[in-house]
Parts: sequence; structure tokens; C-alpha cells
Amino acid sequence: MSTATIDVHEAPAGSNVNYLNAQYGVKSWLLTTDHKRIALLYLCSITLMFFVGGFFAVLMRLHLIEPQGALVQPETYNKLFTMHGIIMVFFFLVPSIPATLGNFLVPMMIGARDLAFPRLNLLSWYIYVVGAIFTLYAVISGGVDTGWTFYTPYSSSFSHTSVIPTALGVFITGFSSILTGLNFVVTIHKMRAPGLTWFRLPLFIWAMYATSIIFILGTPVIAITLFLLGLERLLHIGIFDPAIGGDPILFQHLFWFYSHPAVYIMILPGMGVMSELITCFSRKRIFGYTFVAFSSLSIAIISFLVWGHHMFVTGQSIYAGLIFSVLSFLVAIPSAVKVFNWTATLYKGSISYDAPMLYALGFIGLFTMGGLTGLFLASLATDVHLNGTYFIVAHFHYIMVGGAVMAYLGGIHFWWPKITGRLYPDGWARFAALVIFVGFNLTFFPQFMLGYLGMPRRFAVYPAEFQVLNVMSSAGASILGIGYLIPLIYLTWSMRYGPTAGPNPWGAKGLEWTTPSPPPTENFEEIPVVTEDAYDYAHSTVKRG
Amino acid sequence: MIGIFQFGWSLLSLGAIQAPQLRPEAASSIAEGVDHLYFVLTFITLFFTVAIFSAIFFFMVKYRRRAENEIPLDTGEHLGLELTWTIIPTLICVGLFLWASSLYFENSRPPSAATEIFVVGKQWMWHIQHPEGVREINELHVPVGVPVELTMTSEDVIHDFYIPAFRVKKDVVPGRYTSLWFQATKIGAYHLFCAQYCGADHAEMLGWVYVMSPADYESWLSSGAPSQSMQQMGERVFNKLACSSCHPSDGTGRGPSLAGVYGKEVELRSGEKRLVDEAFIRQAIVDPNSIVLRNYPPIMPTFRGQINEEQVLQLIAYVKSLAAEERNANDK
Repeated sequence: MSTATIDVHEAPAGSNVNYLNAQYGVKSWLLTTDHKRIALLYLCSITLMFFVGGFFAVLMRLHLIEPQGALVQPETYNKLFTMHGIIMVFFFLVPSIPATLGNFLVPMMIGARDLAFPRLNLLSWYIYVVGAIFTLYAVISGGVDTGWTFYTPYSSSFSHTSVIPTALGVFITGFSSILTGLNFVVTIHKMRAPGLTWFRLPLFIWAMYATSIIFILGTPVIAITLFLLGLERLLHIGIFDPAIGGDPILFQHLFWFYSHPAVYIMILPGMGVMSELITCFSRKRIFGYTFVAFSSLSIAIISFLVWGHHMFVTGQSIYAGLIFSVLSFLVAIPSAVKVFNWTATLYKGSISYDAPMLYALGFIGLFTMGGLTGLFLASLATDVHLNGTYFIVAHFHYIMVGGAVMAYLGGIHFWWPKITGRLYPDGWARFAALVIFVGFNLTFFPQFMLGYLGMPRRFAVYPAEFQVLNVMSSAGASILGIGYLIPLIYLTWSMRYGPTAGPNPWGAKGLEWTTPSPPPTENFEEIPVVTEDAYDYAHSTVKRG
Repeated sequence: MIGIFQFGWSLLSLGAIQAPQLRPEAASSIAEGVDHLYFVLTFITLFFTVAIFSAIFFFMVKYRRRAENEIPLDTGEHLGLELTWTIIPTLICVGLFLWASSLYFENSRPPSAATEIFVVGKQWMWHIQHPEGVREINELHVPVGVPVELTMTSEDVIHDFYIPAFRVKKDVVPGRYTSLWFQATKIGAYHLFCAQYCGADHAEMLGWVYVMSPADYESWLSSGAPSQSMQQMGERVFNKLACSSCHPSDGTGRGPSLAGVYGKEVELRSGEKRLVDEAFIRQAIVDPNSIVLRNYPPIMPTFRGQINEEQVLQLIAYVKSLAAEERNANDK
């Protein structure tokens, strides 16, 4: 991509100093300002949180094998789904791609030596850890049972669980998102390599930029909301509880004003990863670059105007419902445009089926299903029946797990050789992608049917007629759980025993592949000069190696 | 459309041990319309999912990498295609929006002659009162073929009144009234769920809706009827709390007379005009200082905590009956 270091397979031999071995010791990690090391700190923390949250999900699905509940008391079940939701949303999905892959790749993809504010970047990781500690403390101190949505007045006046520590944890972690967003926006504006114009940027950068805007504009609102919740719970100031003069629906407006855009915080980075994977493994320029780039921005903007579709059955006025409904349909269109463009990118390509590509293809399928089932919920008449049922659960898991987690895993597999300098066993990785795809569908497809049959979500016990579908879902969850453990094992194994990776094992375009694997601390010996568009596979070959 | 899906599903499930149903029982006047939209949406979902998957598999096979040094040609951009796959989904979305919204519009507005029933949600049970005075817990008896409107509120947290067989659902919110209507079309017993998480026994906050023939309903009402109607219960609460000492019907009290006030517009101290409806009366009882009438002193104490939501509903029924009496008197 750059002229300066185009001969990547002849990249510096002999110099083995890279960001991983430049310094040793715990202190060198905990005080690092290297964006690549901070990305790894995030990777370890969010992986831990992912498996904690996943463990709660497995317990839930086990419990639901029997209509009267097979495992725990209802109070405990309520804590399980609450902690699962809070940990997965705020401590895994929101930071997942931006804080790990984004942190690692934003400077590398734009030809910079680090983010604009390296120390702020480290601070954001510490803030994340402090937030996570508060929330984990809440788990240990007895858990919390409000649902991840913290709806008032239940959370402010009725729940007897650790609401304050949990909310404080989420509140604190929000600042880490804001700082990361700020860092990315400044970096992308000011630190692009010479010649790297906006329309030559990889689409991953566009996605990170759109995500950062939501981080900066949305996260303060959830912080304020949780702060008000804390005020009411501690000092009994009537804000949300009608018994002391508040308005419970106000909480939902504030909460969803952040939490709907937050859905796009989770999926936009995944879409960015997709554009990188599809182009690399079909050796094609992305079809419709400007459409894909601007669809990210339009999603980010419209996402702030659709929050009311979570509230169609709260007694909200019919006319407000109409407006939120039409805007929700509107936000579906840029997503559809992206899916069509990715598919068209494959046309007349040279397609290989390496593991990251399998995750990418899985993403397209599951995201398509997730997006289309969103239309059922944007439609007012059907939303009335489906709101609050398992249909919702299935729909958002298709987006967040089928979409965001598949893209995250695809990205991790794609850039793993760059990050660690090691290759993982490709056969195992393809096998895991297949297991995850099958397990995922078996878990969540039956939940669409349960929802239409009328089973509400967050039910610790349920009428016996729903058992068959629940057992199918639980069986799927056990397969899915194993599917997630396999990569954990072989990726960990590969860090020590995997074959050494060359600078560009996939033959991919992009500045990050012009550096050795793992890259040196300063990323580029010389700042590259960019003379090509992104994904220009047609005009020069890049050998795998 | 519904028929096609059910036929397809029954073919698929041949030989299988009782395949799960595709849709819940349709037992209200709006259920078929909602199901129709649902199955069209399902068709659209399947169509696009299959189309995208087929395209991907076709490309994967046809354009698989045959040589390691293969360089595919640049297919470039295509504005026409981009516009096509922007405009077609937009048209589909606009069509769905119009259909779903007009259906919702129809489904939201109760017919004028609906039977009124009152619902109070409370952790973790449903209290239901019929105007005739019959009260039930976790059961709702309704006549078939008659529009029923529920006026609902909550004693504590947000609940949600959900009858899947009727395809109706509405949040039950503390501090305000929400309403929901349906017209049952099939005699039978149907699930009633709470669809908004409300604490420990949320999943046990359920009950049954019994749809009866009008004759059975009448005899059920009279067999279980207490000696008093809701309005009479309200009168009793009114006297017990000594409301009449400030609100005598001749208008000589420290507070306004309540006769004929329901359904009228009143002027507040701020000059704001408000319609006296259920929500207004409730607010006047639990938070009187927020709506002091012009020409009256702000001296009414709050009754929050002294009476429960069911009694508030009874008081409202009583105040409404005063309006009716007044009208009758005027007519004579």
C-alpha cells in the first residue's frame, strides 16, 4: 500500500526487537503507553469478562431445561440474567473490538507510531479495570437483580441487591469509552500518514470513527442516568419513582437514548472488521467504498433517533410511536446496503476459506437474520405482541453474538499473527467457526419461535408447553459454550508453540501488514507514504508470507 | 400466507414427535391481522436470508481461489446497483411501515361502547375489579364478542399485562393509568403473563383469562357479585376519609363540589386549563398541591399511602357517578 515498505516479504531480517520483547517485567506492562500493549491488556481483561458472563449464561440455560426450573431459586436466576447482561454489554461487547483491535490497529492502519494521547489510552484501561472491579464486587457481595436495563422504580426503590456498586461500575467504565473515543477521533483526524486521504482509509477506520462519535455523544447520557438513579436510591430524591414524585418512564427515555446507539457501538466495529476480511480473502477492492463508508456514519447518526422503539408498549403516544417506527425502518437500510456490498465484493473474486473468512461469512448470515428480524420490532402492530418476549432475546443475540462476536473472533483470528507473531492451527480454527455457527443457531433460533408463542423473557419458571423449544435452546448453548472454549485453547497454545508468522501471512493489503510480525514498538521505522486506494488488490500482488 | 407456512411446517414435522406450534391460539378480533403481518415479515426474512446465502455459496464455489498468485480483475463501482439495493429495501420498508402502522392505529383505539374493567398490578399478582363490584385475583373473566377496555395502574413497580392469545400487551405503570382493549372471539382459557420484569416472582405473576358466552358471563357476575358496586365502594371510601367535609355537593365547602365535575375543564391557579379525567382525579387525591384550582386555597392534604390504587379507582368510579347524576338531574 505504501511505496516506502512495499516489499514486505523482504522486511527487516535480523532485527528481532518488537513491542513484545522490547521490555520485560510486570511493570513494563502496567506502565506501558504503547497502544499495542494496551490492546493486549484490554484483550486479557475482556476475555476474562466474556467467560464470566458466558458462565452465567450457561447456568441460565441449564436452569431452563425444566419448566419449574432445574437449578436455582428464582431470585438467583434473576441475578444470573442481570449479571450476564451487564457484564456482556458493558464489559465485553462495548469495549471488545474498539479497545482491543481498534487500539492495536488504528495507529498501524493510518501509519502512525501511536495514538494521539498514549497516556490517556493507558488511563482508559485503568478506568475500565476499576469499573470492572466494582461490578465484580457486586457479584461477590450477593449480585444484583434489576436486569441490565436497571428499570425504575424497581432498581431505585424496590430491589434489595447491590444496585449501587454495579451502577457505579458501569458509570466508571463509561469514562474509559469516552476517552477511547476521544483518542481515536483526534488520531484519525490528525495523524494519518502522508497521502492517506479520508477516502483511502481502510473501512475499519471509518467504522472506528463512527463508533467513537457514539462513544463521545452517547456515553455521558448513560452516566447521567445512572447518577440520577444513584441519587434516588441513596437520598430518596424523587426523580423516577412516582411514589416520591418522579416519573419511571423518564428513566427509560434516558436509558435508551444511550443504549440504543450502544447497539451500534457493538455492531459498527464488527462491520469494519468485515470489510477488511471480505476484501482480503476475495482479493478484491470493496464494492461501493463510499456507500459502505457513509452507511457507517448514517447509522451512527440515525441511531440516536430511534430509542422510542423500545417503548412502544409503555403507553407512549401513538404518534410518537409512528415516528420512532419509521426511523427504525430507516436505520435498517444502511445496514442492508452494507450486506449487499459485501456480497457483491465476492463477485469475480479469488476466494479462499481461511478461518477468518469462515467467521466473516458466518457474520453475514447471522447479521442478515438479526437485521431482518428487527423489522418485526420496528413494525408497530407486531412489536406489541413481541415486545418483552423471547423474540427480542433472539433478535438482539443474532445482532450482538451472531454479528458482533463473530466479527470480533474473525478479527482476532485475522490479526492474531500480527499481534503475536505466531500462527494458530487453521484446521482447529475452521472447526471452531463451524461449531460456533451451529451452536449459535440451535441456541437462538428456537427463541424466535418461543417469542411468537408468547413466552416472556426473564422467566425463571415457565408453562410446560414451552419446554421442547427451551431444551433445544439449552442444547445449542452447550455446543456454543464448547465452540468458544476451543479458540481459547488453541490461541493460548499458539502464543508459545505456534509456528512463527511472517509479516503478511494472508497476503493482505493495508499498512499494518507492511511491518514485521509482531511489529516494533514504534510500528514503522519510517512513516510510510501512501499512494494507493484501500484494498487495491488488482494492481499489485502481495505474497503471503 | 399463514396457511402456506402452517402447511410447510406440518410437512417438515411429519414423523417428528409433535413439532412445536408456529403461533399461539388466535382468540381476539385483532389476532389474525397481526399474524398475517407476522408471516409476511417471516417470508421477507426467509427470502432475503436465502437469497444472500445462495449468492455467497455460489460465489464461494465459482470464484474459489484456484492458484496462489491469482489476481482477480477489478470489478469497479456500479452506481445503478447501489441505487437499486438502496431503493428496493426502502420501498419494502415504507410498505411495511404503512401496513404495520395502520394496523396498530386500528388496534389501539377502543370502540366507544367498550365494557370497562380495572386492573391493578402488585408484586406479584393481578387485582381485577369489575364495575359491578366483582373482584378477582390472577383471573379475568370476560364475555366473548364484546369489546372490553382495561384501565390499569400499578401499586409498586412497572408490570406489563400480556395476553398472547389476544396479541395485546401494555405496560402497567405506577403513578399513571394506561389502557388496553380487546374483543375476545373464542370461548376458552388463555394465559395472562406479566411481560415486564418486576422482581423475584416475576415469572409467577401470571393468571388466566376466561372467555365466556355472554349468558355465562352474566351468571358468573351475579353469582360472585358482592353487595356493592365499585361506585358504592367508592362512596364508602369517600365517607370514611371524610372527603365530604370539604367537598359537600352543594358547593359551600372549602373545596369545590365534585358533582358534575368529571369530564369538564377546570382552571388551575396557574391559569392552565385541565380536563377532569381519571388521571386528574388520581393526581388530585395523591398529589393535590400540584393541581390547586383557581379561587381555592391549597389546603388539601395528600392521601398518598392512606389508600391503595384499588380504592383510588373506586373513588374515581364514585366521582364519575356524581357527574352522571348531575347530568340526569339537569336532563329532568
